[in-house]
Amino acid sequence: MTSVGSIAEKAAGPVDTGPAVATQPSPLPFLRGVRIGDVLAIAPFAVFAVLFLLLPMSYLLIQAFQAQDGSFTLNNIAGLATPRIASAFWYSIRISAASAVLGAVVGLLMALAIIRGGLPGWIGNIVMTFSGVASNFAGIPLAFAFLATLGRVGLITVLARQLFGIDLYRSGFNLLSFWGLTLTYLYFQIPLMILIIAPAIHGMKKEWNEAAATLGATKWQFWRYVGLPVLWPNLLGTLSLLFANAFGAVATAYALSTSAFNIVPILLFAQIRGDVLGDRGLGAALALGMVVITALANVIYLIVRVRSERWLK
Amino acid sequence: MKQNRTLAWIVFGIGAAYFVLPLLATVLFSLSIRKSGYTLDAYANVFSDPRFQSTFGFSLWIGLCTIVVGLSIVVPAAYYVRLRAPHLRPVIEFVTLLPLIIPAIVLVFGYVRFYNSSSWLPLTNSNFGTATLLTLAYVALGLPYMYRAVDTGLRTIDVQTLTEAATIMGANQFQVITQVIFPNIIVAVLSGAFLTLAIVIGEFTIASLLGVQVFGVYMENIGANRAFEPAALSIISFVLTWGAMGMIAFLGRFAPKTAPRT
Repeated sequence: MTSVGSIAEKAAGPVDTGPAVATQPSPLPFLRGVRIGDVLAIAPFAVFAVLFLLLPMSYLLIQAFQAQDGSFTLNNIAGLATPRIASAFWYSIRISAASAVLGAVVGLLMALAIIRGGLPGWIGNIVMTFSGVASNFAGIPLAFAFLATLGRVGLITVLARQLFGIDLYRSGFNLLSFWGLTLTYLYFQIPLMILIIAPAIHGMKKEWNEAAATLGATKWQFWRYVGLPVLWPNLLGTLSLLFANAFGAVATAYALSTSAFNIVPILLFAQIRGDVLGDRGLGAALALGMVVITALANVIYLIVRVRSERWLK
Repeated sequence: MKQNRTLAWIVFGIGAAYFVLPLLATVLFSLSIRKSGYTLDAYANVFSDPRFQSTFGFSLWIGLCTIVVGLSIVVPAAYYVRLRAPHLRPVIEFVTLLPLIIPAIVLVFGYVRFYNSSSWLPLTNSNFGTATLLTLAYVALGLPYMYRAVDTGLRTIDVQTLTEAATIMGANQFQVITQVIFPNIIVAVLSGAFLTLAIVIGEFTIASLLGVQVFGVYMENIGANRAFEPAALSIISFVLTWGAMGMIAFLGRFAPKTAPRT
């Protein structure tokens, strides 16, 4: 590690500001002039981050605290408590939680089944490949698939009526309902869970089972005192990731029905399109509320991911 | 153990049913546009629709632009951080994770407010400006995946030695990145590119709110007006996603398997 790069690293180390580094002479002759290149290397990223992430988001943040005349106000934030918006948040939170919890449980069971259940290896391969595809199969096409399957004239709906005489919609099922949307979201939530949790399950060593069995633990005790505690941080982390994933989704629900679901992203969609709230500041506050919730979920994910990496190396 | 395996089969069976049934039903639905027998008419209708051809072509074009712009932003930055400024890594990683924290709809909301026709940089005034804004929004969407892919690629090569060797032979930094580093991480780069393409190609929310006629917006439009064509579009999208993921898996075979050296 006594090569040029590490010397350069040390030289650049204490100096935090990029542009300042550029003007300093390099300790090694042939590195002279490369410094300007360093600035050019980081510049596109920095410019992009400022112009297309930081500035627009800060602008929204400011507007969330601005009255129509530009003065500071907390009215926009308080406006989030109006029944229409509060109920949208509540519906969104419930739908995200339901699809995250169900997705996590089913995904975990499926990952356990293919990795530790003694199924042939090729099944595991198929499930992992399919998960990669299905976790990216969201939005408009996913909504179309579920409409063609379980919509009012969907294939399964029609078949159930013709073959078994069961009218799904008469017996309480509706694709354009809370559980209908949850069922649809699960199509990308479960695969995402499988993809994220599989490495953790692979990381559980066979020796742990043997050690526990030698000490006289039953299978239940193994999972209760070894398996789940080791997987727990991973589960919790993935759960929050799935939550954020569902909370920000808009296209799937919008393509199922433009009006049936009173969720926050659809309300925000309508607000951006045509200012349905009739209040620019309130719109910004709505966006801020969304970011706060997804940020919280992601922070939980990042924190527990760091903690869980201890065991699964 | 036997009991275990039976349980595993049951779980797998239920899961498989949930995932296969909608696909199967959608395929059959897309084939039953005529009262009698199955036909491919819905697919023929879609493929022969000029709006399908133009929006799909445009989406591909936007996707390619997204990849090129994304790479020219991410590759130099990731290289610089790895080689010269490891202390900046947490900052860069945080920025690349921002698009996961900020929902796409909030991102585009920010753009619409910040770059509207009366702003300092009225990008939404012209078609070219809106298309540029859309591309940059997609760059932001793909940023977490693109950065991770490139960074993983850089980890498998000896960035330091390659840079020294190239520099001694007289290459400037631009040449080092484009002619030495980039070809060495091309597999990782292409994986990131295909993932980005899979995300971008059917995207609806951002494009719709910016008012750009892309494939995702076209699909939504068809969904509101037709019965069987949406099912066909759904299957086409699924095949496309599968193709992109298949390419990533295929490329993975060519990824260097050597242990990280730095």
